[in-house]
Amino acid sequence: MKFVLRGHEPRWLAPVAVLVAVLVTLALTAVPIRLAGAAPLAAYERYLVTPLTSTHGLHEVLLTATPLLFTGIAVAIAFRAGYWNIGAEGQFLLGAIGTTWVGTTFTDLPAPVALPLGFLAGAAGGLLWAVVPAWLKRRAGIDEVVTTLLLNPVALLVVQGLLNGPWRNSSSGFTDSDRLGSGFDLPALIPDSRVHWGFGVAVVVIVVTGVVLARTATGVRIKAAGQAPRAAEFSGVDVGRLQWRCALVSGAIAGLGGASQVMGVQHQLTAGISDGYGYTGVIVATLGGLSAIGVVLVALLLGDISVGAQNVSLVLQVPAQLGAMFSALLLLAVLSAMSWRRYRLQWRPRPRSGGSR
Amino acid sequence: MSINLLALIGAMLTIATPLVWAGIGELITERSGVLNLSIEGTMYLGAFIGFLAAARSGSPWVGLLAAVVSGVVAGALMAFFVVTLGLNQHVSGLGLTLLLIAICEFTFRLLYAGDRPTLDDKFTVLFRGTEVLAQHWLTYVGFLVLAPVTWWVLRSTGLGMRLHAVGESFEAADVAGISVTATRYVALMVGSALMAIGGAFLTLAVLGSFTLDIVSGRGWVCIALVIFARWRVWPAVLGALIFAGMDALQLQLAITSAFDAVPGELMLALPYLAVIAALAIGGRTVRYPGSYLKAYRRA
Amino acid sequence: MTGGATDTVARPLLELTGITKRYGDLLANDDVSLRVAPGEVVAMLGENGAGKSTLMKVVYGLVRPDAGTVAVDGRPLDISSPKDAMGAGIGMVTQEFSLVETMTVTDNVALSGTGLGRVDRAETRRRVVEAMERVGVSLDPDRLVGSLSIGERQRVEIVKALFHDCRVVILDEPTAVLTPQDVRALFETVRRLRAAGLGILVVSHKLREVAEISDRVVVLRRGRLVGDRVTATVRDEELAALMMGGSTDEVAAATATPAGEPSELEAAVGMGDPEPVQPAGAGPTTGEPVLLLTGLTVSRGGRDVLSGIDLTVRAGEIVGLAGVSGNGQTELVEVLSGTLPVTSGTLEVDGQDVTSADVGRRLAAGLGRLTEDRRGSVVPQMSVEYNLVLEDLPAYTKRGLLDRKAVRAHAEAMIERFDIRARPADAVATLSGGNMQKVLLARALARRPRVLVVAQPTRGLDIGAYRYVHQQLDELRTEGAGVLLVSEDLDELRALSDRVVVLFRGEVVGEMPVAEASPDRLGVLMAGGGSS
Repeated sequence: MKFVLRGHEPRWLAPVAVLVAVLVTLALTAVPIRLAGAAPLAAYERYLVTPLTSTHGLHEVLLTATPLLFTGIAVAIAFRAGYWNIGAEGQFLLGAIGTTWVGTTFTDLPAPVALPLGFLAGAAGGLLWAVVPAWLKRRAGIDEVVTTLLLNPVALLVVQGLLNGPWRNSSSGFTDSDRLGSGFDLPALIPDSRVHWGFGVAVVVIVVTGVVLARTATGVRIKAAGQAPRAAEFSGVDVGRLQWRCALVSGAIAGLGGASQVMGVQHQLTAGISDGYGYTGVIVATLGGLSAIGVVLVALLLGDISVGAQNVSLVLQVPAQLGAMFSALLLLAVLSAMSWRRYRLQWRPRPRSGGSR
Repeated sequence: MSINLLALIGAMLTIATPLVWAGIGELITERSGVLNLSIEGTMYLGAFIGFLAAARSGSPWVGLLAAVVSGVVAGALMAFFVVTLGLNQHVSGLGLTLLLIAICEFTFRLLYAGDRPTLDDKFTVLFRGTEVLAQHWLTYVGFLVLAPVTWWVLRSTGLGMRLHAVGESFEAADVAGISVTATRYVALMVGSALMAIGGAFLTLAVLGSFTLDIVSGRGWVCIALVIFARWRVWPAVLGALIFAGMDALQLQLAITSAFDAVPGELMLALPYLAVIAALAIGGRTVRYPGSYLKAYRRA
Repeated sequence: MTGGATDTVARPLLELTGITKRYGDLLANDDVSLRVAPGEVVAMLGENGAGKSTLMKVVYGLVRPDAGTVAVDGRPLDISSPKDAMGAGIGMVTQEFSLVETMTVTDNVALSGTGLGRVDRAETRRRVVEAMERVGVSLDPDRLVGSLSIGERQRVEIVKALFHDCRVVILDEPTAVLTPQDVRALFETVRRLRAAGLGILVVSHKLREVAEISDRVVVLRRGRLVGDRVTATVRDEELAALMMGGSTDEVAAATATPAGEPSELEAAVGMGDPEPVQPAGAGPTTGEPVLLLTGLTVSRGGRDVLSGIDLTVRAGEIVGLAGVSGNGQTELVEVLSGTLPVTSGTLEVDGQDVTSADVGRRLAAGLGRLTEDRRGSVVPQMSVEYNLVLEDLPAYTKRGLLDRKAVRAHAEAMIERFDIRARPADAVATLSGGNMQKVLLARALARRPRVLVVAQPTRGLDIGAYRYVHQQLDELRTEGAGVLLVSEDLDELRALSDRVVVLFRGEVVGEMPVAEASPDRLGVLMAGGGSS
């Protein structure tokens, strides 16, 4: 019995592989749920289903999914082009810094000016943080995995440095920034809910990105550059320039996520402004198959689980980290299952070389 | 101006210790051609499991042993993903880091629900009362045993040659009868065990307790150090010392109010910025191991 | 010396029995049996794709045969890795060297078989030097392999085999990448190995070398062993006939040389009468130049890989470019394709200067390309339809969006016209080599290029696809386009070209109408005989 490479892959295989991965993930998460003294099935229901059964729950899911939509699509664009941007976390933070800067500097601006300016500043912050690794890659061929990764802790240190120093809250003295001008408060997208217009912006960004990736010449070139850079070069695609552009767009979108979180949720800069959204964005993009629709679905799923996890931690006393555990497990399980699908089991014992013909 | 130089050196050695252990662990895995981004999670796991086992057994030695075992398991898992399944190294590493941290935090919350537990018995300091030499035995072993032994093994043994061959050219290694799979598994398991020790040092020797931000990016520092050192042992140790020196200095400056204007965060950011600067200056001359980030499949 | 091993009664060192290996529909090795005696040099001849590589991989444990045995000294072996092979005394020197560039010569030689513990470098170094002396190789054992030339690296590989007490050494296409001086040194080394009683198997497709070095020749064709001859008594023509299937076979028809023309065999042999071949084209053309290279020079890694190339391809003619592999053909194709920059000189396509133009502008100027690196020209996971339009995306864009109907319609038309056995949405990776080549041909010809640059267009293709490609190139010429045909297959060149240009060490060393391009003359030029 051994694994051999499949010549042809049946159509049903990929969905089945994902299904198996989901079941494995559920089975594995049953262990910590049992350890916490809860019944797995009841817990699953609360994680996955309960948030979707109430209007409030649905709103919370959309709210929680919003930053993941930004970071997920940001990572997806870069990965598609073969540029391994794992610096969305830092770009998100720099976006938050950019928005906070304009929001606390121009406090009197009215909303119609303030909101676009806030997003613009966020995009600029994210882009700024993406420029250095992208430039090093383009000019000197320096691998971007390490440079983008290492700028994440630097971004966090910048946030902490600002909050400990110049941006320390002027009234409370806490390590939070001052509140942004009221013109920078994103209005509610759905009345009487916490869902803000950041969600709307995320959806617009994703729709535009999705159309570009799936329906335009640029999208085809990005795909070619990511999957077979040599062939893309041969066909006249300037892979270096395309990756450079995708890297910058990716950074800017991650920065928009930071802007959205500052203007829509916190209304000030805090050290915990990003709950690892940039890292989770890698999960969202990868699980979403680097497609726009996939990013939406996975971001909503993880939002659902995250809201459910909060709920469960209150009701069943199962720590909320189960949500993070679930998403990381799902990522590894799906990747494993998808890699296995290229193989099939061969039961027939392999012929020994000593056999006769 | 009241900087106590001896105290500074002492603090530097303590701060550098986990970086030396985990950094050498990362160096070993990267020499085999695997960028192990699960390092942050593995250090966290070592810190937590070490603490948990020490708290339950009452002995830091049991804690250390448990941390080593947990590191080996984490390394084997990483190897399973990137060697056996050939998955993307950075996505798997990041995923594993997120998973391990989530598991530890979950368990910690479950067991201690908001308490801040401390160990009854943690590793004690040797040569207590002296300024510089008052260090934990893990510090001594890290600098005086682990680093030279690793250097010697990489340079002068068949094991080191195998690692070198697999990391530079797995085709050549395969033809020479060296199992790429086995070598990478061993490198990841040993390397991850060292990372776990680095994490456990924080709970078992320094703090005597566990907090949720215990590792706080030290894994990423190690990745920076290894590349900065261009995959050589002594420069990595030196880099760890420089970074730790910066950290110790900013801690002292923070106490000395006269230096309030120098943001400590800037000094903490230096190792990362130094690596990026080194890459920018060194450019293409920074030679990554030949089979870096690649999975091996026989054609 | 050559007669030394005609008698194989001596117990064979290496014995292959009934080796069979199947890949899908392709029978790569079909019941191959072979023996090599001590002190014997056996050459294995065969064209590209005849199954030589597969057989070597079987012997070296990289591929499991479906049936058959490998025995050394009469003992059947269970070889499942190169280590097993080496342990059994089989050493292999492959085309792609298995060396670690960042290690010294000594470490590389000793790598296999080194234990886990301390390495006694002084002792190892002494033994390595000793092994070098045995075969007359002089290399600094402390140098990093990365700093050695190709020829030197090959010597390291041979020393490696000797160091591990191998008694059978397999050399896989050993001269493919060597300079003539290196080839001479290699042959000297091989003679020393033979004198030391080793068995040597040389895999090659070059008849001339085989004649020089071997005692016995076996010929592999389409996976089967079709001949076993003593080198001293066999005629080259006979070997060529065995290799190519002889005049009775379909190959003769497929190569499209005029019937009864003996040049086909001579071409393969690389010698023969300088009897002129009937020109395949319509004679000297006077069409306007569609490809014009003036003083084209290209540097790579600090040395000129192409220097001062002057070359013209006119509308309605096929210009063949001949040369031994590694003399600048690959670079010429790359520089024309736009993936390698010009250092000096100019390059014009259909009257437009495209010297520093990007790929897009070259294509717009009327250039079509079909390179030997098929897999590097397609995006494997992308569908056939999008691969077909990859170079012409703006033409399929309407108001910023792709016109997916037009893309599909184009794909269907191309599939019909070029007889591609695939559906538009199939990933290119699932296609056979012949169909992939048709996709590339369709893409290159869809925009009606004024000049087509093609390299090794039929390598690895079956007879049907082979004929088809030739027919397409011929039609293209008839329609008035120019073709630059780069090929290592002299038959192909002579069958299709109007003119033949010879490249040697990056320079044009000869140019002649095909009627004067006898294999003999080409052979002399290709070997550098015309350069001084």
